[in-house]
Amino acid sequence: MSGLDMAALRRQFPILEQCDLHYLDNGATTQVPRAVLDVIVAHETSHRANVHRGVHRLAEAATEAFEDARATMARFLGAADKGEIVFTGGTTGAINLVAHAFGNRLAPGDEVVVSLLEHHSNLVPWQMLRDRRGVVLRVLPITGEGRLDLDNLGRVVGARTRLIAVTHVSNVTGAVTDVARVVEAARAVDAAVLLDGAQAAAHGPWDIPALGVDFYALSCHKMFGPHGVGVLWARRERLAAMDPFMGGGEMIRTVTLERTTFADPPQRFEAGTPPIAQAVGMAAAARWIEALPREACHAHLARLTGRLIEGLAERARTRLIGPAGLQARMPVVAFATAGIHPHDVCQVLDSHGVALRGGHHCAQPLMDHFDVAGTTRASLAVYNDDGDVDAFLTGLDDALGRFR
Amino acid sequence: MSDDLYQQAILEAARRGAENRRLDRPDGSSTVDNPLCGDRVTMDVCVRDGRIAAVGFRTRGCALCQASTALLADAAVSREPGTLARAEDEVVAMLGHDGPPPAPPFDTYAMFMPARRHPSRHTCVRLPFDALRQVLADATDGGSS
Repeated sequence: MSGLDMAALRRQFPILEQCDLHYLDNGATTQVPRAVLDVIVAHETSHRANVHRGVHRLAEAATEAFEDARATMARFLGAADKGEIVFTGGTTGAINLVAHAFGNRLAPGDEVVVSLLEHHSNLVPWQMLRDRRGVVLRVLPITGEGRLDLDNLGRVVGARTRLIAVTHVSNVTGAVTDVARVVEAARAVDAAVLLDGAQAAAHGPWDIPALGVDFYALSCHKMFGPHGVGVLWARRERLAAMDPFMGGGEMIRTVTLERTTFADPPQRFEAGTPPIAQAVGMAAAARWIEALPREACHAHLARLTGRLIEGLAERARTRLIGPAGLQARMPVVAFATAGIHPHDVCQVLDSHGVALRGGHHCAQPLMDHFDVAGTTRASLAVYNDDGDVDAFLTGLDDALGRFR
Repeated sequence: MSDDLYQQAILEAARRGAENRRLDRPDGSSTVDNPLCGDRVTMDVCVRDGRIAAVGFRTRGCALCQASTALLADAAVSREPGTLARAEDEVVAMLGHDGPPPAPPFDTYAMFMPARRHPSRHTCVRLPFDALRQVLADATDGGSS
């Protein structure tokens, strides 16, 4: 139906061999295909060593694998220059890096624009910058269906705006940001743009430079790879203009007791031993994604997303938090249930083998906006199938029936 | 696995815990949040002669949190604050260390024994204890009697 060989695709994921597992928590963490696991094991069993300093053959091999991973991630994000790829601990680490290294260049009264839709990882670092530097935080509102209200850009973006930091894809509503309009507003006042790409990464590859943004942050664990590693992509000139965020080994040029000079980017922003095997695994995950038939995957996920949305619409006491249509929308489907807390929904669904996420999804201002304590979220990956959606709907009926 | 977690006794207690039973003139009130899930419990108390005279509450939480709030409000009246601390320890031991149910009048917490298998839900049961402990500390420090 989708043009995908679902049986073959699912066989690539060892964890899906578990009976009665319907994993719909991909917005939090995706599962890892055997091809990626094999690369990580091969690296750790054949090339494990520290990078950039050793001259023995293991160190040479580890450095080559690590820098190859950087090149792969550059290709995955459409960057011509692998020096624009900074390895981080994840999206949160990447955004905090920018909040310090770029943020520390801002003056009191300068403005940073965020949105009501942001994950805490793209809100709290800017609040901390505000408190540290006297920067003014301005908040872009959202529409009723959970998209950025871009018609209000003109009201929050002004002459003092230095950065617009917004999500590429909402981790709650699944809405895809119209990046072109954000970039246009930023360019009009010579501001930079940062995109939180955590929820978008699995649906790449992307051409991020073509989007016109300046910074892009992603996490590997949401794109079929290991935890503990991610990427900050930034334009070369942005990186070159920024001071280091953290100090330590790897990021220096010379050190005396009196002073230190710093390495060029990207090493300037990679203090300490990096997550080497994880970076190699991330590159393997990127290659795995690149090999997928992208159009077929998107069609498959859109169809399943449509089934989830229709299933919710057919059931009383459920309220979709996000766009009801499939345009400019990723397979993240959050909903509120009248009279049932999301944790109780998730607990009942777990008894059906369905893994969901319930709670505020690290987006408490958004929950307050929709006047809910939390929502239940089903988030899909390409290995999900109709059986997963069927199990979700059956379990949801059970939950709704228990809590009348 | 969750079948007996949502047994009838818990659902009935949860329904009571979902009611708004705030006190009109409490000696103290406290609101606590569970940062992991956004659950929120507000507890009111009146204290007379070193004992809890009345307990009020309002919850925004899951069934376990609501049920625990209702049970705690029932059991706490006429108890000394120290009794609550012992009961909380017993609930923690029952959930996390396979301990026996708490002594009366907190023995109703035996209905949460199926939650032992779900460590992530233990905080839901404990949240009203956090709120009551906090408000009692404030109320007794303030000299209410």
